[in-house]
Amino acid sequence: MQEYQALYDAIVKGDAKSAREVTQKALEQKVDPMHLVTTYMIPAMAEVGRRFENNEYFVPELLLAARAMKSAMELIRPLLVATGAKPVARVVIGTVKGDLHDIGKNLVASMLEGGGFEVIDLGVNVPPEQFVKAAREKEAQIVAMSALLTTTMPGMKATIEALKQAGIRDKVKVLVGGAPVTQRFADEIGADGYSETAAGAVAVAKKVLGLN
Amino acid sequence: MHPLLEKLLSHTPVVTDGAWGTELTKRGLPPGEPPERWNLDRPEEVAAVAQGYVQAGSQVILTNTFGANRFRLADYGLAEELVTINRLGAKISLEAAGGKAYVFASLGPTGKMIFAGEISPVEVIEAYREQARVLAEAGVHGFVIETMSDVQEAQLALSGVKPLGLPVVVCMTFDTGPESDRTMMGVTPEEAAQILTESDADAVGANCGTGIERFFNVLERLKKGTNKPLWLKPNAGLPRIENGVAVYDAIPEDFAEKAVQLAYQGAAFIGGCCGTTPEFIRAINQRLGR
Repeated sequence: MQEYQALYDAIVKGDAKSAREVTQKALEQKVDPMHLVTTYMIPAMAEVGRRFENNEYFVPELLLAARAMKSAMELIRPLLVATGAKPVARVVIGTVKGDLHDIGKNLVASMLEGGGFEVIDLGVNVPPEQFVKAAREKEAQIVAMSALLTTTMPGMKATIEALKQAGIRDKVKVLVGGAPVTQRFADEIGADGYSETAAGAVAVAKKVLGLN
Repeated sequence: MHPLLEKLLSHTPVVTDGAWGTELTKRGLPPGEPPERWNLDRPEEVAAVAQGYVQAGSQVILTNTFGANRFRLADYGLAEELVTINRLGAKISLEAAGGKAYVFASLGPTGKMIFAGEISPVEVIEAYREQARVLAEAGVHGFVIETMSDVQEAQLALSGVKPLGLPVVVCMTFDTGPESDRTMMGVTPEEAAQILTESDADAVGANCGTGIERFFNVLERLKKGTNKPLWLKPNAGLPRIENGVAVYDAIPEDFAEKAVQLAYQGAAFIGGCCGTTPEFIRAINQRLGR
C-alpha cells in the first residue's frame, strides 16, 4: 500500500474525481488493474464498512465512497473483462415485490461490488419469477433480497419457494436483509444468510459461498 | 408562537394520535399497497381509524396523506390522483374530528435522496408546497412533516409549507447507532433541533424509531437544541413477524406510563407511531386523569 495509496484515500473519503484520476494515471503506467482492485479498492471499501459499523460513517459517507469506487471501477472493468479475470461471484439483487424502497438494497449492492462481486441489480418491486429468471440466465451464485416493509417480507419466502419450484434452489445461496428482517426470520424462511447492516453483507456473502 | 399552538398548549401535554398504517393493515390493506389509495377506494376504513382516535380522546389527529407527495404517488402510478387523495385525506379526518380535535396533515419523506442528486432542492420545495396547498385549502389546521431521515429534506419541506401560514411541526426519526440517537444520515437530536429551529419550525420532535425507551435520551437532547414545543410519537417497539404478519408486543398501559413520563420531562405533544392503536391513546388519557 504505497504507490497508489491515493486511490485508497479517495475511496475512503468518497472523492470520486480523485479516485478516477488516480486510476487513470495508474492504468496509463500499465499497473495491473487487478492489483488496483485487490490492494487498494477492496481494502478501502472494507475500511468504509468498518467505519459504518462503528457509527463513524453514516449513509451519506457510504454512498459517496461507493460512488468513488464505482467511478474507478468503470475504468477498470473493461480491462478486467479483457484479461478474463473473474469476479468473486455473481449476485442477483433486488427489493421484493410490493416494496419500492431501494436505499438499503443500493447500499448492499455497492458494498458487494466493493467486495469484488459482480452485481446484477433488478431494482425494486421484483416478483419471485423475475429473481428466478435472472438467477438462471445469469448463472448467479447468490440471490439477495431486500424489504423495508413488514407487509412485503413474505415475498422473500415466496421467492425461495419459486427457486425450489424452478429446481435451482441448490444452485444459489439466498441472502436477505432490510430493517424489519431478523436472523430468526431468515432461518424460518430457509435463507442461507442474513446481515443486519449493508457493510456486513460482504462477509456474509463470502461465508455462504465458503470463501473468506 | 403560532396562535393555534398557543391555544392548544395552554393545557399540556396535548395528546395526539397513534398509528395509521398498521391500523389500516389490520383492516385489510394488502401488502405493498400504498395506504393513501384507500382515501379513494375504502374511505370508510380510513374514517374508522380517524374516529377511533377521536373517541380515544386525541386532541390532534393526523391525516392519511403521509406518502401523498408527487414522488411517492408516482411510484404507485397515482400521480394524477394527488389532489383528490389529499383532499379526501383532509376531509375524512376533519369529518371524524367533528370539531372535537384539530387535524394536522401528515407529510412524509419523498423517498429520494437529495445529496445523491436523485432530486433537486427546488423539486423538494415544490412537491411539499403542492401537497400542502391542497390540504390547506381542504381545511386542515396544521402540518406535521414526519419520519424524516434527512434534515436537509425536512428543512426544504418546511420552507415549502411554512408560507401557507398554518403551524408546522417537523419531526425526525432517530433509529441509527447503538443508542438509536442518530438519523439514518448521522445527525444527532441536538443538531436536528437546532437546524429546524433556525429554519422556523413551530414545533420540533421525533417519531417512529426503535421503541419508546430510546425517547428519553432523544428528548433530553432535543431540548438542548431548541426552545420550541416538542412533539414525540414513539412506535410500539420493533415488531416480531408471526406467520408473515407483524406483531407488536408493547402493552398500552406500559407505553402510556412512559409517554406520560416523557410529557413530565418536557414533551408538549405526545402520541404514538407504528404499532400503537386507539387503546394506547386511551391509556395515555387515563393516566393523565382525563
